[in-house]
Amino acid sequence: MAIVRIPPVLRPSTGGIKEVDADGENVGDVLRSLADAHPATQAQLFAAGGELNRYVNVYLNDEDVRVLDGLDTPVGGGDVLVILPAMAGG
Amino acid sequence: MSPSVAETIRQIKSQVAQVDPSDVRAALNGSGNGSGPIALIDVRENEEVARGFIPGSTHVPKSYLETRIESAVPDQSQHVVLYCASGNRSALAAKTLQDLGYENVENMTGGYTLWKDRGYPVEVPRAMTAEQRERYSRHMLVPEIGQKGQEQLLDAKVLLLGAGGLGSPTALYLAAAGVGTIGIVDDDVVDLSNLQRQVIHTTDRIGTPKVDSAEESMKALNPGVNVVKYQKRLDASNIMEIIEGYDVIVDGVDNFPTRYLLNDASVRLQIPVVSASILGFDGQLSVFAPYEGPCYRCLYPVPPPAELAPSCGANGVLGVLPGTMGLLQATEVVKLITGAGEPLIGRLLLYEALGATFTELKVRRDPECAICSRPPEEIAEEEMGVFPDYEAFCAAAG
Repeated sequence: MAIVRIPPVLRPSTGGIKEVDADGENVGDVLRSLADAHPATQAQLFAAGGELNRYVNVYLNDEDVRVLDGLDTPVGGGDVLVILPAMAGG
Repeated sequence: MSPSVAETIRQIKSQVAQVDPSDVRAALNGSGNGSGPIALIDVRENEEVARGFIPGSTHVPKSYLETRIESAVPDQSQHVVLYCASGNRSALAAKTLQDLGYENVENMTGGYTLWKDRGYPVEVPRAMTAEQRERYSRHMLVPEIGQKGQEQLLDAKVLLLGAGGLGSPTALYLAAAGVGTIGIVDDDVVDLSNLQRQVIHTTDRIGTPKVDSAEESMKALNPGVNVVKYQKRLDASNIMEIIEGYDVIVDGVDNFPTRYLLNDASVRLQIPVVSASILGFDGQLSVFAPYEGPCYRCLYPVPPPAELAPSCGANGVLGVLPGTMGLLQATEVVKLITGAGEPLIGRLLLYEALGATFTELKVRRDPECAICSRPPEEIAEEEMGVFPDYEAFCAAAG
């Protein structure tokens, strides 16, 4: 079970929740489990081919999964996934 | 009968290793006897240092030695050389350092006077006015800033993009800190709905151009700051001309196209950007130092679609939040200018105000980055600010 931190722009899709517990062996499984529980996040996280949208940054603890093994990066219990959108407000 | 004061000083000097100025000079030039770098400490009073000092020395007045030496020389095994005007006060100071546990302390024979008589290099600090000395006295008491750092601030040129939520606190504190030249780019006028967070403006200036309002507040706080106003919107046609020559850029703009444009131009001109963004109760902060760390495109290769990129105008923001994030930006600016501390390069700081949490994430340089994977001279002007769906994005964002 990993903890997924939901950014403000995705919170309308999770009923306003900031953190979600989600199951999965790797980053892709955890995010798909999030999307199963909160279907409105599916199109925001994943492109049509099942890969992460390029504008979605995902960090396993403090490391960008792009420099790890992407969606195949293994996830252990207690790991924290941070979904990070770019923000432009000033 | 107890020995005379002069005899006591002579005895103390005999207990402290003496080093000739020629050896100190060699060590500072990196051609010493191989004992490693030295920390050269000037223990004289402020008014003596104002008339000249040895380049590379750190000023710790003898009267503050016990309380400030640890921040100037944290490592007690470091090789420390002390000097004063003639070598007497520094001998007493050296004894104090030995008593404090410093293991390798030497006293420079003949002090600054002998160094100067031999024609070795000295540096005369910029003559600050009495008003400046008083105004910046609390900076000069901080070892990491000191007189040198304050001079660096006075010589610095910082460009603020936006005199809005983030730009307001940044502009006020950078003016207060004595940043010599502060440019501000903003084409907007003050609106009543701005005043919940844009604290540099005032109710009686509603309708006034923000650059004029900001200048008035900054000048009221510190008349010595040179404010350069750009009452225009930053775009591809003017960005190179506006940002060139600035030492640091502070990004507080409210839209993606300008953030990408700024990134590309700042990489091209190799100017570091202190970047923050805010929304609701969330803030992000990082320092993008071209070719030293990642750039904005390494972190965000493409912008999100418009529906996932709401603005503060559309979605709202806690009024205090840009204050928090803007002051973190101002802090990073001062660090970049003075070289103090570890700048937030290659790191992204997230602040979530509702939970009162800070999270730090690593940001890596992308070896395939569309911009900073190439030498600056290869980044063409027509490429700047371009991203794949630029026009669609702007149309959707309205």
